Amino acid sequence: MSDAVAKEMLKISGLHAWYGESHILHGVDLAVGEGELVTLLGRNGAGRTTILKSIMGLVGRRAGSITVQGSETIGMATHRIAHLGLGYCPEERGIFSSLSVEENLLLPPVVKSGGMSVEEIYEMFPNLKERRGSMGTRLSGGEQQMLAMARILRTGARLLLLDEITEGLAPVIVQALGRLIKQLKEKGFTIILVEQNFRFAAPLADRHYVIEHGAIAEMIVKDELAGSMERLNRYLGV
Amino acid sequence: MEITFQTVMSQVMLGLNNGVFYAILSLGLAVIFGLLNIVNFAHGALYMLGAYVALLGYTTLGPLIGMPDFHLNYWAALLVAPMVVGALGMAIERTMLRRLYKFDHLYGLLLTFGLALIIQGVFTNFFNVSGDPYDAKPEILNGAVSLGFMMFPKYRLWVIVISLAVCFGTWFVIERTKLGSYLRAGTENPELVKAFGVNVPLMITLTYGYGVGLAAFAGVLAAPIYSVSPVMGAEMIITVFAVVVIGGMGSIMGAIVTGLLLGVVEGFTKVVYAPASSTVIFLIMVVVLLVKPAGLFGRES
Ligand SMILES: Nc1ncnc2c1ncn2[C@@H]1O[C@H](COP(=O)(O)OP(=O)(O)OP(=O)(O)O)[C@@H](O)[C@H]1O
Ligand SMILES: [Mg+2]
Repeated sequence: MSDAVAKEMLKISGLHAWYGESHILHGVDLAVGEGELVTLLGRNGAGRTTILKSIMGLVGRRAGSITVQGSETIGMATHRIAHLGLGYCPEERGIFSSLSVEENLLLPPVVKSGGMSVEEIYEMFPNLKERRGSMGTRLSGGEQQMLAMARILRTGARLLLLDEITEGLAPVIVQALGRLIKQLKEKGFTIILVEQNFRFAAPLADRHYVIEHGAIAEMIVKDELAGSMERLNRYLGV
Repeated sequence: MEITFQTVMSQVMLGLNNGVFYAILSLGLAVIFGLLNIVNFAHGALYMLGAYVALLGYTTLGPLIGMPDFHLNYWAALLVAPMVVGALGMAIERTMLRRLYKFDHLYGLLLTFGLALIIQGVFTNFFNVSGDPYDAKPEILNGAVSLGFMMFPKYRLWVIVISLAVCFGTWFVIERTKLGSYLRAGTENPELVKAFGVNVPLMITLTYGYGVGLAAFAGVLAAPIYSVSPVMGAEMIITVFAVVVIGGMGSIMGAIVTGLLLGVVEGFTKVVYAPASSTVIFLIMVVVLLVKPAGLFGRES
């Protein structure tokens, strides 16, 4: 096996996905190398969330191939997929209202060794420590987003699927998240970032996938970004 | 009946004795409804089954396995019956209920209702509808103790104490422990809990097993007080569903408190106006439905 293949963290080929009768993804192909940060860009309803959900096995039905470090997951139960070292931060954040902040933080089981300890996390997110006894959904939107991120950093997951983490947050919080993502990248995490906020994503990403109508329309690497802006804006409708 | 402190207190205590049964049974229903989103109509039948495991374990099991001297004693029955019924429940969940989650709640309700009728029908066929006595009440629980204001049967006091312990123990595990946090999270958003790597389908099976195990436990507790009959569950479950409607589905503490409270209200009504005691719960149910349809502890959605 060549070096390039051995370093592949995630490989998706010919992925189709359905919610009930609606056929949403029509043959998605993408690959993410270890330690890479790629974004999924596209208009509303393009299918970016669906790609992340398909990776986690959370769609009604999926077909094709999704391998994580070489293991095929297309027929795997969702709870097993997580144990391959995946951490999922959903678009709606998914903070549990019947759990305290600390219970939310401790909920996801450790899936791999080498995750952050609770102390490290509280050091990184002092707000969460201060409010650890409050119920999860009593936190502000920004704090909830920090919590949704923090709880997957504890599990030892090395491949993070982050869905619109900056949505609806104040600029200072967005900047803080930018610094956090940068730190994670330096620590060697592999990250798939679904973003509307292109200005947030552009300086962080190695590559961008443009999604349109449930398939990859184009892949743009960081260095080609400047020359592709016009095309990209057309895709995104801005 | 003259209304004195004595008569009120004794009826309240007897009411509490009924109340703990309502509490355990509606607690089981609430736990099951929370995670499975199914109104478990089989609950009464499984309560009855628990009582029969105790009864048959005492009278019939020994001769059946060629050991005529073997009698499953009361203490053992308190453990064995929930285990047997819990295992049956888990088999039901795995083979039947599981197929229905993707459809409307109504189908789960219909299925469990059908199961209740089948179980009850089979037992009516083989056993006396007017009931069989369960004579395995342990010696130590015979007689009465003085509560100061009245003499109270020891056995009934035991039932109240152990039931409260089981109810609040369950509450504690669900609301205050790590295991309980999985259950609460799974009740809110099972898909996300799966995505974190928790085996939610297994959790659902175990939860159903525990919920119906509680029903069987209550059945064993009931056996020495009421006679064991194929229809004991059907009678009980109607009141319990009224309790659940009043308390509101899905709140653990709500189920416990409502169950106890309504038992006491029932007992109190016996003193004030005895003929109303069997209907007072349904009267309250109607009022609650009109004033607060989600139930006293239910979340308005
Ligand atoms: N649960 C669902 N059932 C049926 N259709 C769905 C479901 N979720 C999403 N869809 C449809 O799938 C398509 C892709 O949705 P998806 O959520 O993946 O979009 P997206 O790219 O994440 O967009 P955004 O988050 O900006 O709205 C949309 O047309 C949407 O209507
Ligand atoms: Mg989306």
